[in-house]
Amino acid sequence: MATQISTAAGTDRHVGSPRSRVDGPAKVTGLAKYAGEFTAADLVHGYVVGSTIARGTITGIDCAAAEAVPGVLKVLTHANRPDVSGKADSYRDMVGPPGTPLRPLYDANILFSGQPVALVLAEDFETARYAASLVKVTYAAETPETDIDALVPTAYDPPTKRDGIKPPPEPWGDADAAFGKAPIRVERQYRMANEHHNPMEPHASTVIVEADGTYTAYDKIQGVANSQQYLTGAFGLKPEQVRVMNPYLGGGFGAGLRPQYQLFLAMLAAKDLGRSVRVVLTREQMWSFTYRPEAVQTVSLGASPDGALQALRHDAVQGTSRYEDYQENIVNWSGTLYKCDNVKLTYRLAKLDTATPGDMRAPGAVSGLFAIESAMDELAVETGKDPIELRLINYTDSDPVEGKPYGSKALKSCFEQGAARFGWAKRDPKPRSMREGRELVGWGMASGIWEALMMPSSARAVLSADGKLEIGNSTGDIGTGTYTILTQIGADALGLPMEDVTTKLGDTNLAEAPVAGGSWTAASSGTAVMKACRNIAAQVFVLARQMENSPLANVDFERVVFTGGRIEVAGDPSRGVSIKDAMRAGGFETIEVTEKAGPDSDFAKQFECYTHQAVFVEVKVDEDLGQVRVTRVVSAIAAGKILNPKTARSQIIGATVMGIGSALHEESMLDHRLGRFMNRNLGEYHVPANADIHDLDVIFVDEEDKANPLGVKGVGEIGIVGTAAAIANAVFHATGKRVRDLPITIDKLL
Amino acid sequence: MPGLPAASLDDTMLLEKTPPVPADARICITLTINGQRRELQVTPWTTLLDLLREKLDLTGTKKGCDHGQCGACTVLVNGTRVNSCLTLAVMKDGAEITTVEGLAGLGDRKGSNALHPIQEAFIEHDAFQCGYCTPGQLCSSVGLMNEGHAHTRDEIREAMSGNICRCGAYTNIVDAIEDVMQGAAR
Repeated sequence: MATQISTAAGTDRHVGSPRSRVDGPAKVTGLAKYAGEFTAADLVHGYVVGSTIARGTITGIDCAAAEAVPGVLKVLTHANRPDVSGKADSYRDMVGPPGTPLRPLYDANILFSGQPVALVLAEDFETARYAASLVKVTYAAETPETDIDALVPTAYDPPTKRDGIKPPPEPWGDADAAFGKAPIRVERQYRMANEHHNPMEPHASTVIVEADGTYTAYDKIQGVANSQQYLTGAFGLKPEQVRVMNPYLGGGFGAGLRPQYQLFLAMLAAKDLGRSVRVVLTREQMWSFTYRPEAVQTVSLGASPDGALQALRHDAVQGTSRYEDYQENIVNWSGTLYKCDNVKLTYRLAKLDTATPGDMRAPGAVSGLFAIESAMDELAVETGKDPIELRLINYTDSDPVEGKPYGSKALKSCFEQGAARFGWAKRDPKPRSMREGRELVGWGMASGIWEALMMPSSARAVLSADGKLEIGNSTGDIGTGTYTILTQIGADALGLPMEDVTTKLGDTNLAEAPVAGGSWTAASSGTAVMKACRNIAAQVFVLARQMENSPLANVDFERVVFTGGRIEVAGDPSRGVSIKDAMRAGGFETIEVTEKAGPDSDFAKQFECYTHQAVFVEVKVDEDLGQVRVTRVVSAIAAGKILNPKTARSQIIGATVMGIGSALHEESMLDHRLGRFMNRNLGEYHVPANADIHDLDVIFVDEEDKANPLGVKGVGEIGIVGTAAAIANAVFHATGKRVRDLPITIDKLL
Repeated sequence: MPGLPAASLDDTMLLEKTPPVPADARICITLTINGQRRELQVTPWTTLLDLLREKLDLTGTKKGCDHGQCGACTVLVNGTRVNSCLTLAVMKDGAEITTVEGLAGLGDRKGSNALHPIQEAFIEHDAFQCGYCTPGQLCSSVGLMNEGHAHTRDEIREAMSGNICRCGAYTNIVDAIEDVMQGAAR
């Protein structure tokens, strides 16, 4: 088990306290630069032409008119592209699923609508855009298949499992027999629409050709190491030939986990032209790659009249692309969250003629928990139990799937504190029992669960003789607050003010770290930074002790604290040495340390690690118009140590907003005849706007966890998982109508 | 695809019907951008947004959709908030433009650290995460205060609904605006 190391050899001053974002000034003044905003004197602009069919082959591309436009340099297509690797393995990235990755402009095959078929290169953006409209592509089209309902009969168990995604466990007990005999039975189908991430920053890559012939690629990615691996593989480059940077990411939510085709195209063009190239996707083109795929789910719950579960089945069929087997964990959560002796969890895929789906904030859990937490609400109605009581009856302190106790699980505290803050005790369980004017009022709740993960990560820390500390690694701050929490950790470790600590991220020249995803960054990068800084602290302490007449001469490391830029005997501030003096006396300009951190395998052998949520929602529904407003949300979160309550709260409210989007707004609509998403803009793909969001309240319950030295579990995803189910349950309570098909649009209520 | 020729589905067909204009058809305009008077030669089809970002390296103003649907490109034109992606630069000859880079320089600012009070309030209330919609939110907030129509939280929400924040910082944005409005009233 990991040793508990305090972050500051005494007290935490910044860690655990609300702190404003250290990148705030850059972001509110417009100085923060994003991938499509870096430039070069000879910059070329690329504009992507996407396929207009979803399946078939290109029979011809006529670029003559486009190339005749003054300012157009070239149009790259599969027919004239430079030589690139044909091997699928060359295109693999760090987090891609099994299958054959897309090879942009490789051949004439069309795998999905919007697939890049040409890149128009011009001296300015408008010229490239205009010329792109003149590229004539002809196709031999085949009939696409994108209707998952029609494809359920073809669903299959993916032969190769995706790294890091647990397949469903073997069934235990006899769920079918137990369900057949259960006195109370709920069996329902649930589904939610395809969703696209739509970060505010469209995907963009700027590839700069440096004077020495190397490349610097600014790429919209949640971890630059992944883009570097992709570019070196696809273009046969050595890592030292391509540096990838992305200091700021304008929203990811999973859309920036894998390198996307604009990076490949920008690099292809830069190599071909020997000039710097930028390719920015349009908002419409943000529907031409990753999305949260629709899942058709059936949940069957058998229970005794007092609500104890006797049988639990959860089946999901989810869409993937023709060329990769994207996989999520949708159904396992049901087995992890509830105690039941007879459980069967099943998950299959269906091949669609779309781009490969991908991880979108809490992938799998958002879909799966909507189903199980809706079904639990339906069981509460059937058994006459209060929804919280029903969950407590079936509560488990150990993970039934893995047969191990949880390292920590303060979900009961979430129920208690969330219910108290919300006023749940005043709820009349009868649907349609509350009304305010012309609106029906409903209260609903749900549980949430997400993995508390840690990934191998490294971090570098450099302390300078002037007492300034620089820390960092290659992971990205995707808006989660990573710059800030790492600065807090570094500042506490060496007792420095946060102003004296600079955090650098998003650069492959920094210490390697994984993509920012899975809510693992605080645990992974945080622990690595803390270890590097503690190592420096120990070295500076030695220098301080070696000083002539040092007041710390006979003091052990364990007895000192780092505070105010000084190393002092704990409890005796008069005996101390400043860090600057120690560095000067030791004759050091800098002390530089790189440390690695990884998950604690001993801990993982004994315990399962999850974060939990209890979310309470009030909706008001206009009975005549069917319009739903989420007027109040209380989200109680158990996620271990909260490093920065200010930025962590923002993670939860932001996830709540996205959960409201899932429940009420978001739906990418396929025209199955065309195999194409049709509502590819923010006017027709609705996401919550300011007027949709009312009072959001976040509670972090105390939870002590020992999976890593910081005690942190991650907060990026837990805020969204149960939110949609709680809203659907509140809509039922308000109206008496159970909507099992998200989003809950007006037509489903009238 | 029975009955639907592939070419007719091309989303760029409308553009194709635009007659090509000689690329050197430039028009001379004068803009005062963040207090600095600039004489510029622009093509007639260049949007104010592309002019700022691509020609003047004022990349603080963001392109989120290029369709006037997200608000990331919001700037102040003569003190009024507009979507710069839907504004051709030639339409604003003679106008005063304020972008996020120039907010701190607006007159009568009471903030410290050389920031406009709304910029300080956004930091204090954690009214952003990824920061990409933030320049638009900030300019829109100042425009909203200039308009003087929004007084309650509900009115602020409504009047800020042209600026999408996918990170979901809405409640903090309203807190920040309310804070500055109340400070101004004191």
